[in-house]
Amino acid sequence: MKNLKTLIIYVFTGELKLWLILRNIRGRKIIMYENFIGKQSVIVKNIIERGAVKKFAEAIGDPHPIYFDEEYAKNTKHKKPIVPPTFAKTFNYGQIEGLELPKSGLIHGEQAFYYERPLKTGEVVFCSRTLKEINEKKGSRGVMLFLNFEEKGESVEGETIFVAKRLTIITEKVRQQMEEN
Amino acid sequence: MKKQFDSKVFSPVHKLELIKYAGASGDFNPIHIIDEEAKKTGLPSVIQHGMLTMAKVGSVFSNHLDKGYIQNFSVRFKGMVYENDTVTAKAILKDKKNEGLYTYEVTATNQEGKVILLGHVDFALL
Repeated sequence: MKNLKTLIIYVFTGELKLWLILRNIRGRKIIMYENFIGKQSVIVKNIIERGAVKKFAEAIGDPHPIYFDEEYAKNTKHKKPIVPPTFAKTFNYGQIEGLELPKSGLIHGEQAFYYERPLKTGEVVFCSRTLKEINEKKGSRGVMLFLNFEEKGESVEGETIFVAKRLTIITEKVRQQMEEN
Repeated sequence: MKKQFDSKVFSPVHKLELIKYAGASGDFNPIHIIDEEAKKTGLPSVIQHGMLTMAKVGSVFSNHLDKGYIQNFSVRFKGMVYENDTVTAKAILKDKKNEGLYTYEVTATNQEGKVILLGHVDFALL
């Protein structure tokens, strides 16, 4: 905080929002993430490509034939190749309009996937994401923002195949860098 | 699938691996690839993608995928993983819910025994 007036008011009230308003008066670009709570992105159609799954399996050091070998998969319970459990993270979930996140420095706090059934190579999945909740924590290095996203993958028939929950952390330093650019 | 616990030790993290994962996953956050960018955000050097650590933990179950699948997989990232770190992933059977649904506690630790990931996997038999 470079402005003394800002600093004094922040110390006395401890109110982050008031601090942000003062910064706004000084003409800095402020990103009010709170405005995006509950907003969903436009749904995006994803097609699971065999080559992409194989490349992913190799990149994670797990080139198991069940992920790309049709002959092998025929003899398993799945009958067809399935995708690794974290592959769903690679889908395009669309943009939440107006929500800008830092391109560098985001920290991944938590991740969860809940599947109704395994995803199969070749499938079409309709994906979207929603910002569910934001929490703040004041630490020694400033305020950390915790953004909770929910991501969903649905079949052509509109059935939910999986839900993913993600906690993204934006540190004070990363937020400042983004706002200064 | 009735194994009490399963574990896997991964080769030391290599920058090429981080680059390959960035390409395969589409996550080009430069803190995983460019040391200068990592330093700008306060890190000493590049770190492994949390999702790559999670994927490696998931691979502990790959030999069982013929008969089932990971139904639920939730983790908390507890620590950073740097180049040359050796990660060990462990899965410990905690509970058998219905017939064919097994809950495992999963952990990943680095070469100093520090926990870098903690979570759960529900594995369902088909």
